[in-house]
Amino acid sequence: MKKVVIGAAALVTLAAGPAFAQQSVKIGFVSTFSGPTAVIGNDMRNSFELALDHLGRKMGGLPVEVIYEDDQQKPEVGVQKSQKLVESDKVNFVVGYIWSNVLLASLKPVIDSQTFLISANAGPHQIAGSQCSPFFFSTSWQNDQTPQAMGHYMNQKNVRTLYLLGPNYAAGKDMLGGVTSTYKGTVVGEDLTKWPDQLDFSAELSKVRRARPQAVFVFYPGAAGVQFLTQYAQSGLKGQIPLYTAFTVDAITLPLQKELALGVPGAQQWVNDLPNDANKKFVGDFRAKHKTYPSFYGAQSYDAANLVNSAVVAVKGDLSKKDAMRAEMRKANYASVRGPYKYGNNHFPIQNFYLQDVVKDADGNLTLKTVATIVENNQDRFSRECPMNW
Amino acid sequence: MLLVLEQCLNGLQFGLLLFLLAAGLTLVFGIMDLVNLAHGSLYMVGAYFAATFTAWTGSFIVGALLALGATLIVGMAVEVIAMRRLYGRDHLDHVLGTFGLILFFNELVRIIWGPAGMSLQLPGWLNAWIEILPDLEYPTYRIAIIVTALVVALFLYLMVMRTRLGMLIRAGASNREMTGALGININLLYTIVFGLGAALAALAGLMQAPIQTVQIGMGENILILAFVVIIIGGIGSIRGAFIAAILVGLIDTLGRAFLPDLMRLFMSSRGASQVAPALSSMLIYLLMAIVLVVRPAGLFPVSNK
Repeated sequence: MKKVVIGAAALVTLAAGPAFAQQSVKIGFVSTFSGPTAVIGNDMRNSFELALDHLGRKMGGLPVEVIYEDDQQKPEVGVQKSQKLVESDKVNFVVGYIWSNVLLASLKPVIDSQTFLISANAGPHQIAGSQCSPFFFSTSWQNDQTPQAMGHYMNQKNVRTLYLLGPNYAAGKDMLGGVTSTYKGTVVGEDLTKWPDQLDFSAELSKVRRARPQAVFVFYPGAAGVQFLTQYAQSGLKGQIPLYTAFTVDAITLPLQKELALGVPGAQQWVNDLPNDANKKFVGDFRAKHKTYPSFYGAQSYDAANLVNSAVVAVKGDLSKKDAMRAEMRKANYASVRGPYKYGNNHFPIQNFYLQDVVKDADGNLTLKTVATIVENNQDRFSRECPMNW
Repeated sequence: MLLVLEQCLNGLQFGLLLFLLAAGLTLVFGIMDLVNLAHGSLYMVGAYFAATFTAWTGSFIVGALLALGATLIVGMAVEVIAMRRLYGRDHLDHVLGTFGLILFFNELVRIIWGPAGMSLQLPGWLNAWIEILPDLEYPTYRIAIIVTALVVALFLYLMVMRTRLGMLIRAGASNREMTGALGININLLYTIVFGLGAALAALAGLMQAPIQTVQIGMGENILILAFVVIIIGGIGSIRGAFIAAILVGLIDTLGRAFLPDLMRLFMSSRGASQVAPALSSMLIYLLMAIVLVVRPAGLFPVSNK
């Protein structure tokens, strides 16, 4: 009997079609939840869940349902999981994506189904430029922006010769391209290493030593950043050649990098000590719940939840009004933990980038601190190639 | 020239590390005829033990020795509990069974140590570098790895060629039934060999740990290289594993180091730095393919099978 009732209810729902009010907001969250970089995915999930708690687990009066999917840091798995989310789970939003190569593979099935995709980390230049989409938004940055800020900073520090190191995948190429676009000195050497399985950098460090640059710029996210700093110190280069980084020292890697990260500057659009109310609430509650500092990956995921919420609230839970939701998200009308920002025509944030340094907090734990603002209201350099205008 | 020498040292160090892993693998494969995909898990377990014991005792050396002993026991336990069920079955069952063990160990480590991974700090005297030639500084720890691995290789050689246990191992490798018929406890011999392989894997894992982080799944990528090594060297041959490991280490490192510069001679700098890593990572597989064509049983085949 029960089955019949449910069956009948399902028929009614089907017949009512899009006019029938939505039962819940369904969000698919794709990140890495297994393998060495699962800690990043966990941090993103914890922050996303915290944002939902802060929202009372409701958006625009509708309960929120989140389906977490593990991309295993592999593009081919990411695209399968994304397809499953839009085709069989019929989610309203797909959020997440740490890795640029995974995002590039997963983008098409999601936006082709006219589902909004919110990248909470990866920002490959293709999506900022020619492949920009009305269904894509970023709560992070375009890959080139952070290293570009580092390039400016190295100009300020009068670095005349530089060696570049990074992993050989979409984001690694963007990062090294970004730093060379603003850096005014001479690049004396450049190596892209096998990703993600090359963890021993002895050959590259030997080359750095022979090239004798004034500074080294690296991009090694996640555990690779720990390995790189360890080997840099063991090779004796630390102390001889200063290191400048992007996405290599963060709240997740610091407990493993420890003192090795002291004095290693990085750039970021968000740091845990940014003095706005939304950020204080986020960092305070996160630390109370998880006993660790949130990472920038987490901050971007927290923002992604709030960006989605702003869109759902604006249409009062009528998720069929996609144009209205897009118009609302373009305003970035929510309390971002990085402070207010605007969206560029390609749906990437126009935002400040800060210089961050490693310090000890009151309890003796290592954490990151904002030192200075390197660039203000920075827009990525690929927005001009994006045909979208609004 | 100094750069070439330095890169050769890097390659030698990497190769010797591979040898430690491959030696255990080739022993187990050659003598027990068991494909052990979970060998990388023992490498990981060794690294986790070393990080934990070093934190407890405050000494890297003591921690490392305790970790070797502990992984030896874990290895023997795995042999008695799980591996015995697999002898006499075909290789597909071995692959399935030991793949299950990989998942089991990864999850067990996650439960015991958490998902975040650990770092293993070196004592100050190892965490330095020395000048081996004028203008050629090299990390002390990497030299320590080279020396340790060479000593272990010598020890293995002497053990297999000159001791009674080694004689039994060789006898077990050439004719299992006959060895058993002569009154040798084959079960015990297998347990010892498997434990020895586990300890060698642990040694590789714990020596790699201070260079890289200790993390879940750390043994899986390097295990593929270890399989390449034993295929090139000839399955069951320790000498083959030694030569092949050094070959693979050198080719991998020198390829990574010099291919980009070589490619820059005839293409753009950015293009070269993108193509070269892909090409250099193919080199060792090319070597394996060539060896398989020319000498299908490996460079130093064990003659008796």
